[in-house]
Amino acid sequence: MPVAEHDLEFLSTIVAERTGNVISSHQAYLVESRLAPVAKEAGLSDIRALVKELQRSRTSPVHDRVAEAMTINETSFFRDPSLFDAISAHVIPDLIDARQSQRSLRIWCAACSSGQEPYTLAILLRTRFPELGNWDVKITATDYSREILSKAESGSYSQFEVGRGLPAAMLVLNFDRVGMNWVVKPEIRKQIEFCELNLLTPFPFYQPFDLILLRNVLIYFDPGKKVDILTSAHRTLASDGYLFLGGGESLVSLETPFERQVLDRTVGYRPLYPSETKHD
Amino acid sequence: MHCLIVDDSRAMRRILRTIVQRLGYETVEAENGRIGVERLHETSDVGLALVDWNMPEMNGLEFVQAVRSEDRYQNVKLVMVTSETDPSRMVRALMSGADEFAMKPFTEQILVDKLKLIGALPDGACC
Ligand SMILES: C[S@@+](CC[C@H](N)C(=O)[O-])C[C@H]1O[C@@H](n2cnc3c(N)ncnc32)[C@H](O)[C@@H]1O
Ligand SMILES: [Mg+2]
Repeated sequence: MPVAEHDLEFLSTIVAERTGNVISSHQAYLVESRLAPVAKEAGLSDIRALVKELQRSRTSPVHDRVAEAMTINETSFFRDPSLFDAISAHVIPDLIDARQSQRSLRIWCAACSSGQEPYTLAILLRTRFPELGNWDVKITATDYSREILSKAESGSYSQFEVGRGLPAAMLVLNFDRVGMNWVVKPEIRKQIEFCELNLLTPFPFYQPFDLILLRNVLIYFDPGKKVDILTSAHRTLASDGYLFLGGGESLVSLETPFERQVLDRTVGYRPLYPSETKHD
Repeated sequence: MHCLIVDDSRAMRRILRTIVQRLGYETVEAENGRIGVERLHETSDVGLALVDWNMPEMNGLEFVQAVRSEDRYQNVKLVMVTSETDPSRMVRALMSGADEFAMKPFTEQILVDKLKLIGALPDGACC
């Protein structure tokens, strides 16, 4: 049974309020498949009943479950290989030069989904940059969805998930076989700190990051929220740091304190200063 | 450019043939490693071999070792297409000269991604 137009509108509003994500009309088909399980879990007969429950109580925990279910978690290891090529050919060597005295690197995967992105980085650093072995390297990986974050934290992936994008040599060196799954080795896992963070709330970071991956998440926000998030990201990025977006994303037509930099076959963004003057 | 398909399952050979032909490869096939080596000797321009692990007479690992023992075949890309996922065996195949693994069951996209990863997509392949 297709979801009624006015119910769809109501659901979009809830998702937008909680996560800032805009459900566009071409994603309407997702509503049914994602929310039917939520309704069932809450003991409700169908999506109509779910909507009624949401309207009845503004504080019902079902609100959060709906918002979570509607955020899309698509990801894979080495998603957009040209990005990771550029990171190992340019970004990391540059940062290693720039941080010789501190010997520390701070990396943030905002919206890490089920973890493939931060693990890709950790594996890349370990494989290509053994000289970082005695540096203080920390990857912070955050996502809005608690459920997806616990999957990320487990570091456990199916054969199918590791089959996408991960070179076989990297697989056998960095994962243990546990039953039918592949689990990231503890020494990789311990470089990453996972925590829940909604990008629409203030960022709780004190130390600046040297590299921020904010990939395939801005697509869900309207332009105003995009600018807010990017402005906050700018404040938490080191002055000589790097920001990367998803393969199909760009900052074109947005007023943001970043400057585009072409790195081989990919595009990165560098912070512009002073940020204040751009918004007057 | 030829792709050599070495697998004792006729059904699997057909699936692989369809995929790589679409990418622009011509194909030759063998139902075990020994015949695979023969086909390799007979065919002048094999650039890629897709290799099953479990086969009668000569298995995939032995095939990889045989191919890499000949100087002229150092640049042939070797992809194991297999349900063998025991890490220590995978390491042996990689150390013997296999370039990649595509685990069964695979999707066409996974195989294409793997070929891309090792630079085995023919120029102008449509993906
Ligand atoms: C498509 S995935 C991107 C994963 C990964 N960055 C990549 O590019 O492969 C988008 C992720 O954004 C998360 N997300 C959506 N809205 C969010 C918000 N307001 N705050 C934090 N994360 C959010 C979703 O939970 C989802 O895991
Ligand atoms: Mg077989």
